Amino acid sequence: MKFTVDWLKNHLDTKFNNSQIIDKLTNIGLEVESFESSISELDNFIVAKIINVKTHPNADRLKLCDVYIGSDKTIEVVCGAPNAKNGLLTVYAPPGTIIPKNQMKLSVSKIRGVTSYGMLCSESELLLSNESDGIIELKNNKYANKIGVKYFKSTSEKVIDLSITPNRPDCLGVRGIARDLSAAGAGKLTINKKSNLKYRGDQNINVTIKKEKVQGCTTFGSCLIKGVKNKESPKWLKDKIKSLGQKPISAIVDITNYVMFDLNRPLHAYDADKIDNEIIIRSSTKGESFEALDNKKYILENDMCVISDRSGVLGLGGIIGGTKSGTEYSTKNILLESAYFLPRSIRKTSKQLNIDTDAKFRFERGIDPLSIEEGLIKASELIKQICGGEISNLDIKKIENYKKKIINFEPSLFEKTTGFKVEKKELIKILDKLGFNVSKNKKFLKLVVPSWRPDITQPIDIVEEIVRIKGYEHINTSEPIKTRLKPTLNSYQKLFHFLQRSVASKGYLETVTWSFTDSKINQLFKENDEEIPIVNPISSDLNVLRNSIFPNLIFYLKKNLDRGIKDICLFEIGPAFKGKNPGDQLTVIGAVRAGKVSRLSWNDKERIVDTFDVKKDVIQSLYEAGIDKDDIIIDDKTPSYYHPGKSGGVYQNKNEKNAVAYFGEIHPNIIKKLDIKTEGLVIFEICLDYIKKSKQKIKDSKSEYKFSDFQKSERDFAFIINKNFKSQELVNIIKSVDDKLINSVRVFDVFEGENIPEGKKSIAVNVNIQSDKKTLNESDLDNINKLIISSVELKSGAKIRS
Amino acid sequence: MPDIKKIKDDYIDKLNMENNVDKVNKISIKIQEIETKEINLKLEKEKIDITLPERDIEIGKIHPVSQVIDEISSIFSEIGFSVEEGPDVENEYNNFTALNTPDNHPARDMHDTFYLDKNKELLLRTHTSPVQVRTMLKGKPPFKIIAPGRTYRSDSDQTHAPMFHQVEGLHIDKNINMGHLKGCLNYFIKEFFEVDKIKMRFRPSHFPFTEPSAEVDIGYEIRNGKIVIGEGDKWLEILGCGMVHPNVLKNVKVNPSKYQGYAFGIGIDRLGMLKYGINDLRAFFETDYRWLSHFGFDPLDVPSNYRGLSR
Repeated sequence: MKFTVDWLKNHLDTKFNNSQIIDKLTNIGLEVESFESSISELDNFIVAKIINVKTHPNADRLKLCDVYIGSDKTIEVVCGAPNAKNGLLTVYAPPGTIIPKNQMKLSVSKIRGVTSYGMLCSESELLLSNESDGIIELKNNKYANKIGVKYFKSTSEKVIDLSITPNRPDCLGVRGIARDLSAAGAGKLTINKKSNLKYRGDQNINVTIKKEKVQGCTTFGSCLIKGVKNKESPKWLKDKIKSLGQKPISAIVDITNYVMFDLNRPLHAYDADKIDNEIIIRSSTKGESFEALDNKKYILENDMCVISDRSGVLGLGGIIGGTKSGTEYSTKNILLESAYFLPRSIRKTSKQLNIDTDAKFRFERGIDPLSIEEGLIKASELIKQICGGEISNLDIKKIENYKKKIINFEPSLFEKTTGFKVEKKELIKILDKLGFNVSKNKKFLKLVVPSWRPDITQPIDIVEEIVRIKGYEHINTSEPIKTRLKPTLNSYQKLFHFLQRSVASKGYLETVTWSFTDSKINQLFKENDEEIPIVNPISSDLNVLRNSIFPNLIFYLKKNLDRGIKDICLFEIGPAFKGKNPGDQLTVIGAVRAGKVSRLSWNDKERIVDTFDVKKDVIQSLYEAGIDKDDIIIDDKTPSYYHPGKSGGVYQNKNEKNAVAYFGEIHPNIIKKLDIKTEGLVIFEICLDYIKKSKQKIKDSKSEYKFSDFQKSERDFAFIINKNFKSQELVNIIKSVDDKLINSVRVFDVFEGENIPEGKKSIAVNVNIQSDKKTLNESDLDNINKLIISSVELKSGAKIRS
Repeated sequence: MPDIKKIKDDYIDKLNMENNVDKVNKISIKIQEIETKEINLKLEKEKIDITLPERDIEIGKIHPVSQVIDEISSIFSEIGFSVEEGPDVENEYNNFTALNTPDNHPARDMHDTFYLDKNKELLLRTHTSPVQVRTMLKGKPPFKIIAPGRTYRSDSDQTHAPMFHQVEGLHIDKNINMGHLKGCLNYFIKEFFEVDKIKMRFRPSHFPFTEPSAEVDIGYEIRNGKIVIGEGDKWLEILGCGMVHPNVLKNVKVNPSKYQGYAFGIGIDRLGMLKYGINDLRAFFETDYRWLSHFGFDPLDVPSNYRGLSR
């Protein structure tokens, strides 16, 4: 909402200066977006200095001037003025400027083969005098420190731009703003003088508000103005319209706009001679159409509130008028409309047709239903004053009467809500100035809500009015209450924070990427999940919710590789969406690792990152997060985006359905499809929702500290075994031989090829044997050895290597 | 090869048996001398260039958004708030209707919403406020929570990203008033920016789900091209807040004549930008490895009260 201070002062008698007014507006909740001069065509002209003059290579009479225009910028201008010389201060017009004398718009142009960026101006070109022989010479003492500054002082009045919240339609007019300011002590609201308008004759175009299932109009007021002479608006009116950032059109249109911004009372003027017999306010039927004043043709749906005559739709009530009955300079007779349209109806129609107008913006927020006559009178007065004409009696048709809203307000609610007290007297004064009709009762105040405040419906709204006008600075700052109801984080949230930092500590950089992604990339990772399209995506490459954490990670990994970064460790912790309903999401850590380990190392051999790098990262992170090491089981079934032979799943228990994590090489097809250029790429993911927390908490006492001091023995075994036999199983078989004596089993070599039969491999394990009861003698150890060998051979079909 | 040690030991044994102490001592000293010489010679040969680079250091980082969320959680934890969460996909009711923003209300235009179905029933939450609704519906007052998380609006330019982060705050009890709201936020802002003095301004505003509503500005100035928070004559809007609207309380089955309290919503990304001098919001989500490395935090920098919020 834009207006000038001058305009405000039509409604407010105030001693406040501009900055006091601005502060007050902010303090009562009318947020000031800006307070600036409106943009003028003259703003472009700036003070500049010629710093170097050369002769034009192709024209003796032209000069090439290097012109300093401030902010360290120098540009080259071709100039024909005889007085252009080094050091001259003058006026410069950049490309795009309209020159007042000939109304031509400057462009970057070549003058005799040399490009000129803008021009240096003479007084005649700026309509300052007839002097056209040379460019303006500015006095050094006055302008030397003004290079780059606007040459013309802004003459236009400064414009206040308010950002009005949707609950305050009353402040979409200057008078409403003035009323709020007066309540806050910034002046006195002026009293509207009684109109002494003389009416002659009746409004003889018949108006009917049809009874409809859905009727968007409740009241339609109108008057006829006969014998007008439409013309250009007078300067004061043009200036007002311009200060709103709008273009003056004609006196009649400008007046209706002026009244709308002045009183928040939208009006519409019809050329009465173009109306076919009568006005009917009715619901549209699907397929009806009309051409609107924005020069677009609209095809209507059912049940839109239209103003029509006998031959068809004239306009959409409260939204936009039609060209058919629009006023022109030649218009002689006007029908002036001032009506009330229901916010819901306006909003629905404008959404369906995608129209946004100043009238629609106001009606959908709620216009004062009692302002119909006031609007007609004010506009008629101005029309008569500017365009002449005779005004008919006002014709008001309505299908519904306005009902007063009454609120019983207990003053104690104010202190209960805000924490401070305002005297009843002051409270009443504020409400009175805001337009409430206040009557006192024993317990409460009986308030009649002003008709222009559709937002006020209950006592808490009254509290807001008082505290806002009184000022938020009166609210005390209480010490924070430290009472705690629950621990800050639950165990799941702790896990989140722990894993996040655990993964980062392994050298991964955390990133945050969009929750949506490109369906084409998502396709590669979504497995059997349903695709979740966004109906109105921000762009076609962010058109679905991500089913997996990887599409964006891989996309950005590629971007970084393309930037020339070779060794990359990235991870994200966030949602992966499994369905379109609330809660159909999992919290997942996804991590990618590309490039080499020990690249350019002087002492270590460099190697490409591999599956066992990420296996370490994922397993270590899980251990750190408190998952029991002994519970972990590795499987080789993984989602299809992993390399089928070089990836694994991590389970907490044997019969678990969902893996808590996957790790491994990414499928080569994906690398190919996405054209990822890297030496190696491995990934892992942890699904937090599938992690079962260990029952033991750190705060519970730790298990008994028990270690054996008896002698420990190590034995190495090598088995020839089927190639596909998993080392994890071999280890389990050995452990199960005697889990009291066998402390640990570690695979330290795997070998295939020479001397090993086809389809077989050799696995070497180191077994640690120790008793907590005695030192084992040779025969004890021999027994165990034999048991280990026989168990392994029996259960796995392996053969001990001799 | 003869065993030198054995020859030596045998010889010394022999001398000991002869009780030739003198000779034994002399020999011992000589042997020690030789050993020292040998070690020194060896050490000299083993001299390496210690300025050669160490093995690769693996430096991971925590994203500024995560760090700021932890800082915020730590601060509110100090005054008894607990952390709640809600889903990113919400239904229309929790995101709007329950929050006193009925269908066909212009306030809905303030949120450019991403929808997942044509009927506009399912959407990406436009703010973290639906967590208020979920929390109150599933529990009984009093409530004292914060809810950080991802939020979405179909808006994209230099200062807006289609996804951003908010933290919601909610404190409902029997006598919580606007003074408590002011006190709580005053405490938070001071703690967060780690400054003693901060200029703060509460300004009336409007949100459908709070009444009275306020926006909070903090004072700042530009010094050497950088924003300095605290003093200065410029104002920067950083959050919206207010007393929870009685209609909202009714919608979540809390009796507004018995319980009342405040709620607030803070833009996390924006706070992080201000505190850590980050200029471009969109860079938060563009995964530039160099940016992450530059603005990220060491994973050991866990914000906490006793160790300080930031290093």
